[in-house]
Amino acid sequence: MSTQRVVVVGGGLAGLAATMKLCELGIPVDLISLTPVKRSHSVCAQGGINSCNEQTRQLGDSEWHHLDDTVYGGDFLQHQPPVKEMAYWAPKVIELMDRLGVTFNRTEEGFLDRRRFGGTLFKRTAFAGATTGQQLLYALDEQVRRWESEGMVRKFEFWDFLGPMQDESGRCVGVVAQDMVSMEMRSFPADATIVATGGNGLIYGRSTMSVFCNGGAASRCFQAGAKLGNPEFIQVHPTAIPGADKLRLMSESARGEGGRVWVPRTPQDPRPVKSIPEADRYYFLEERYPEYGNLVPRDIATREIFNICVNEGLSVEAGRMCVYLDLTHIERSELDRKLGGILEIYEKFQGVDPRDVPMKIFPAVHYSMGGLWAGYTKNSDGGLLAGDPGNQMTNIQGLYALGECDYQYHGANRLGANSLLSCIFSGLFVAPGIQNYIKNQSKAAAELAPAVFEGALAKQQERHAALLSNAGGENPYLLHQELGDVMTRAATVVRVNSQLDDAYSRVSDLHERAMACSLTDSGSWTNQNVIFTKALQDMFPIAKSILKGARLRDECRGAHFKPEFSMPSLTEEEPQARRQEAERWCDRFEENNKKFLKSTIATYDGADPKITYEDVDTGSIAPRPRLYGLVGAETIEQVWKERASAPKNVDKNT
Amino acid sequence: MTATNTHHQASTPQHPEKVNVRVLRQDGPGQPTYWERHQVEYEENMNVISVLQRIAAQAATVEGNKVTPVAWDCGCLEEVCGSCTMVVNGKVRQSCTALVDRLLEDNSAEIELRPMTKFPVIRDLIVDRTRLFQGLERVKAWVPVDGYSDMGPGPRQSRKQQEQSYPLSQCMSCGCCLDACPQYQKIELHRRPGETEEQFEDRKREAYGSQFMGAAPISQAVLFNSHPTGNSLAEERVEALIAPGGVQACGNAQNCVAVCPKEIPLTTSIGRAGRAATVHSLKKMFDS
Repeated sequence: MSTQRVVVVGGGLAGLAATMKLCELGIPVDLISLTPVKRSHSVCAQGGINSCNEQTRQLGDSEWHHLDDTVYGGDFLQHQPPVKEMAYWAPKVIELMDRLGVTFNRTEEGFLDRRRFGGTLFKRTAFAGATTGQQLLYALDEQVRRWESEGMVRKFEFWDFLGPMQDESGRCVGVVAQDMVSMEMRSFPADATIVATGGNGLIYGRSTMSVFCNGGAASRCFQAGAKLGNPEFIQVHPTAIPGADKLRLMSESARGEGGRVWVPRTPQDPRPVKSIPEADRYYFLEERYPEYGNLVPRDIATREIFNICVNEGLSVEAGRMCVYLDLTHIERSELDRKLGGILEIYEKFQGVDPRDVPMKIFPAVHYSMGGLWAGYTKNSDGGLLAGDPGNQMTNIQGLYALGECDYQYHGANRLGANSLLSCIFSGLFVAPGIQNYIKNQSKAAAELAPAVFEGALAKQQERHAALLSNAGGENPYLLHQELGDVMTRAATVVRVNSQLDDAYSRVSDLHERAMACSLTDSGSWTNQNVIFTKALQDMFPIAKSILKGARLRDECRGAHFKPEFSMPSLTEEEPQARRQEAERWCDRFEENNKKFLKSTIATYDGADPKITYEDVDTGSIAPRPRLYGLVGAETIEQVWKERASAPKNVDKNT
Repeated sequence: MTATNTHHQASTPQHPEKVNVRVLRQDGPGQPTYWERHQVEYEENMNVISVLQRIAAQAATVEGNKVTPVAWDCGCLEEVCGSCTMVVNGKVRQSCTALVDRLLEDNSAEIELRPMTKFPVIRDLIVDRTRLFQGLERVKAWVPVDGYSDMGPGPRQSRKQQEQSYPLSQCMSCGCCLDACPQYQKIELHRRPGETEEQFEDRKREAYGSQFMGAAPISQAVLFNSHPTGNSLAEERVEALIAPGGVQACGNAQNCVAVCPKEIPLTTSIGRAGRAATVHSLKKMFDS
């Protein structure tokens, strides 16, 4: 058999981790990326990477607690075996990255320093200043460059992935990609293919994501028959700097290091911000969530900030929504040492030094928790079976999905500082499984009949040629702005069914118009116009899945919030009545879980996405209500605990 | 959130209604260059990227001639990915942090955009920076670990050591330091008739490999030599630094450190690399 190869599409943390591990196992890799891999958007992750560690262990932490925080934070919507495996691997992942030379911050004694992040009470997050993603990505990029110098990796940078190639049985046998400089299209036969192309924030027009995160690659797999999981779960990060071209992240680490969120109690208080006395400041997160304070999970913080501006009219500015994120009480040298990178960004783009003046921030679309459906194989401990070829494989045989573009790990809401972990972990973990998968193939992809590859290539060449000669008159850049507007209004912080219906029909209309774009550049050299238009057209199947998934999910779960179906606080004051109310609350919660504690599965037939549901594996930790900030939470929790400990065979309805 | 924050106040008198932009264009390698004038509506908080986005959407010059959109390279728009380097009003920098208000303060008539000067132009404002990444390979800018299995933590390091390394590890390979360096000369090769793609790549690699590598890779060599494990390749790195195109080619103009958007102490790195090279050369002289 000729040499077997793997194609990795996307060179962020997940793609690079998988590449270097495959190389270590002796498997050569073709690495395809829209940009030089060192520029992948993982570089912009700021705050840190989680693991239970020696310090937190001595305060009662364990890998189990990390698992629990992830699952509870994600509102129980993730399959628990992958999350469990990840939490138990986390300390090893951080040690490996330390060995690879990541310049993690150190304590006085020389150990790794840690900070706190939202959704946990432990200081679990290792960090390299406020540019942790950059440092982690560079360490992996350096390892891959090392393998490249040894001839194990061929890099195809500035290449656009156009779609998977499948043999007659449907198995993925490589990809078709296009050189974005010469516009040449080529087939890349491969015995296994990994897609690790990140999130799809560009569907929202402006987000904290980079211009590469357009969802095109995932959509091309989706259109080829791969399933999507939980597309409607889009995390809106509570704190970002609004901008005309994009929304820039202001990391949760700013709050992890003591940053405080507040607004003046008087709307648009005219006094200079620093002179407003404590008594006239409303630290709404600290007041409403005394235990977690500014570090409540992201969905909660986002909604509270949104609410304080939209419903309570307390935005700091009259014409624009924002609240203060205040670091000015912290010593400058401390800020420079731990948060320098992000404070510089604020300073450079806003022209104001956040060490002296509180920052003005507002929520922004940040992370796609849904993505390509990926499988897993459970072991007897409730984790994953190492080396099993099914781990991270999509429903298309031989096509794997990793990192932000898959739907595992984060559930209904991503816990801060878990995404870097999930990317590196899944990249490392998947490689031995892929090795076993390709070992079991009877024939190397390179030995298949050329017709398999020629057909796939011809299809892409046709699409390209048709686009260049299309004269429909539509402008792709303007359509993109419209799409972003519709999506941002209907499918971010608060979702309302009538608005989702309206958005779906508007997006369908835009979809049709996008198929009739005229290009202002019909040339055959570095034609960014045609590449953008393809990506735009491919945003629609995903955008429709987001809207339809959100429309059908009549509940509130993590990042998906529909006030119409929210679970209210308790109102009864009298203990007996309050308890009965809590019982009814729990009944309703259980009923709702029967219906919606499920993964949303979207499939695509060319017209409209179809939505079905799959059960979630909650084998390690039984679902419980997520009760942040709810009045009467203690009573509900009490009732819930009693129910959970009651013998299972007693059915109260009989 | 687009819906809630797209709030464009009417331009105040000190701002122009329109922004004039002059772009140096080139349709492809070896093609002639030409200037083209564009005009976009002024908006608050605009940067050069948003100006280019508007130009792409309208695809017509100020004279109203239909043209292809200007091609440029960008990524994160947060000055971390290193993609969007270009020469803005005569200065090499990241275009995402080039704020229009500031540029107009310097020259209210016009913003001038041109590609980096030391790298071959692919099209318009996009250049080929392969040589920069190859520099990293030349100095083996990595930690040669045994493997990726679980082998426990890395070597303990002091906070002082981390604080010395961290600024160097922030280098985003944007290429500003190389573009501003008088000793870093442009190498532009064209494919010869009958030459295969592989042969052409080999020829480029050889040409790049013998010329001055510039500040960015030298600084990375210093970073990895100071890492307790990375240091095991120190000798090979020093060999690369004293080879043709190494640290001795530096003319100490100090332009690199002046233009670095991340304020990396590049000249300090070059000094350290130079000393290591001298020590190494002397040692070799006495050993032989």
